[in-house]
Amino acid sequence: MVSRPLIAAIDQGTTSTRCMLFDRQGQTVSLAQREHRQEFPRPGWVQHDADEIWRNVQRVVPAALAQAGAAPTDVVALGIANQRETTVVWDPRTGRSLAPAITWQDTRSDEIVETLVADGHETLVREVTGLRPTTYFAGPRLRWLLDHVRGLREKADAGELLFGTIDSWLTWNLTGGPDGGIHVTDVTNASRTMLMDLDTLQWDDRLLAAMDLPRAVLPEIRPSAEVYGTCASLLPGVPLAAALGDQQAALFGQTCFTAGEAKCTYGTGAFLLVNAGTKRPPSTPSLLTTVGYVLGDDAPVYAVEGSIAMAGSLVQWFRDSLGMIPTAPQIETLARSVDDNGGCYIVPAFSGLYAPRWKQDARGVIVGLTSYVGRGHLARAVLEATGWQTYEVVEAIRAEAGIELAALRVDGGMTSNHLLMQFVSDVLDVGVDRPLVSETVCLGAAYAAGLTVGYWSDLAALQRNWHRAASWQPSMDPALRRREAARWDRAVEHALGWAGHEDE
Amino acid sequence: MPGPLQSVERAAAVLRVLGGAGRPLELAEIAAVLDLPKTTAFGLVRTLRDVGFVDQPPPGSAYTLGSGLTDLDRLGLDPHDLRSHATNWADALAAHVRLEVLVSMPQDDGVRVVHHVFRPDDTAQVLRVGESLPLHATATGKVVLATTASRGARPSVLERFTTRTVRTRAELEGELQKVRRQGWASALGEHQPGVGSVAVALRGLGGLAVGAVAVVGPVDKVFGPGGEARADVVREVRSTGRSISRALVAPW
Repeated sequence: MVSRPLIAAIDQGTTSTRCMLFDRQGQTVSLAQREHRQEFPRPGWVQHDADEIWRNVQRVVPAALAQAGAAPTDVVALGIANQRETTVVWDPRTGRSLAPAITWQDTRSDEIVETLVADGHETLVREVTGLRPTTYFAGPRLRWLLDHVRGLREKADAGELLFGTIDSWLTWNLTGGPDGGIHVTDVTNASRTMLMDLDTLQWDDRLLAAMDLPRAVLPEIRPSAEVYGTCASLLPGVPLAAALGDQQAALFGQTCFTAGEAKCTYGTGAFLLVNAGTKRPPSTPSLLTTVGYVLGDDAPVYAVEGSIAMAGSLVQWFRDSLGMIPTAPQIETLARSVDDNGGCYIVPAFSGLYAPRWKQDARGVIVGLTSYVGRGHLARAVLEATGWQTYEVVEAIRAEAGIELAALRVDGGMTSNHLLMQFVSDVLDVGVDRPLVSETVCLGAAYAAGLTVGYWSDLAALQRNWHRAASWQPSMDPALRRREAARWDRAVEHALGWAGHEDE
Repeated sequence: MPGPLQSVERAAAVLRVLGGAGRPLELAEIAAVLDLPKTTAFGLVRTLRDVGFVDQPPPGSAYTLGSGLTDLDRLGLDPHDLRSHATNWADALAAHVRLEVLVSMPQDDGVRVVHHVFRPDDTAQVLRVGESLPLHATATGKVVLATTASRGARPSVLERFTTRTVRTRAELEGELQKVRRQGWASALGEHQPGVGSVAVALRGLGGLAVGAVAVVGPVDKVFGPGGEARADVVREVRSTGRSISRALVAPW
């Protein structure tokens, strides 16, 4: 028998939407999931159907309840975690989206971002938002939509258009939609629009002017954990009590509540966030400064973030495009067939390099090939690439943000690769811990919602729920680490500028 | 002893012809090369297609070797695939019983840990992945002995770890019969004093035993006061074993 009451969380991700129910120990009670369509209408364009996403939410929530044999009245609060930076515009009278949801991987706003930089706004963007001007963020996408979708600018001027990231879209729908839906966004999501002042946590009029965006279409910025309203449907009467961007939700689910505590989620890419405390960290050249979470009226907790474009996706490439392994986990079997990388390094800059290098014209290279190098060495090099990219982010956090990691908490599918986890520990020279609950994104949203309604008393109660399922301790000889780091650095040099030369 | 089966020989010949052709072959070509009536060739090709050894990309078109053939040597379970499939279930088991969890596979002449979930109490623990477990003195080992027909897997020497370790082959055989009867194994202080374990078999394609999942912990957390394995622990381990086995049979 499942202990009642429960907390519900929705994780609206890039490929799927899931609903999970949790008990007071933070243990999973049930999980329902549904994938949605990925649309690639042109090279560089990646979009979703926001209406389909909302329909999927309407399916997975009842499915999760049914699985647990629970009724909506058994749920005391709902929290949302969502794919960040994805942009939705909708008509508040019909409740229908007015354009495809443009996702965080989409680069169609590149000209808008280039113009912004050419107009001399780069410093303003960095100082106000803590971000680098790139196509990664939501604000320029809204501008693209207003410029390119017929009638949207007029609708916006007439008050017939609302904008939001996925959290806003779901919150508006859950709290009634056309019938009294609340138009708000959580501050962590707002911090990814490139429109929010990281000090005041409000929209910045200078940036709105620079991007020519009407303030009236923007949602109100609210804390991550607060009762936004009650659900009108799906979980009628249940308070909607938290929303967080997915990577911030994972930071919260890993209970990284103290400055200096860090987590890295190893999925398709890898996202490393470190709690930076309640004072806004200075902008850094190669990392993003962002909001970690804001609990009710408490001071904001900031985070420094380094994103790695390719981690698990490099293993998938090794499996699908090269056919080196039949399944992704077997890369560990192949890698263990040899003792080291045989002098071979792979820099997976397939579409440039993200943090901390930010080189869009870098392309992937394999260096150090000799007759000695075999499949096993290549498998090592694939895994080590993820380790070294993590190392570069952590080194930048140390050098630029002045934060020294004492340990790293990890989650995501690649944590079942022990060779990789040991290598990460070895190159970072810190312990790496995997928690017992791997669904840290949903758990973080549930924790924030449960905290808001008093289901959990305080952060300490959440920390008591965190348990170590596995840990890896560094055991690499420091001289070897230095030598290998230098070799990786030289390998990256070979990747830089490759795309630029090709175009000449 | 019956002689060679003609239909098996002919099926092998069909596969050789398809493999050597370097292009898709029509039914008539296959029949002609092997000098078989078209109906016989059709029966052979059709059966091979149904088991996945022959492909016929659009129905009604020419035939090629099937993907089922290339997958044959990949069906053997890889320890890292097993870990990947077992992780979520092993985590849930550790959370429910508050004990450490081991997932193991037979290897060479013993059984080796491929996945380990710490006891969720945040005490300092070390990953036991790669550790070899004694076959006759652990629940995991007994499950492997009881479900593996191979005589080679029998321990040659019954090393005595504690006063509770089984001493004779007859005693061990009795234990294994009990394991087969009840569907799970237990060990009470037989490897290390004060440590108990309960294990069940993990079964892959065709119900073949491929390994075991076990909980390991202080004897009083695994066994009741009368020395019998706790019913709630056994229930949780068995349910986890079924879940992992399901994931192994239909993994993708």
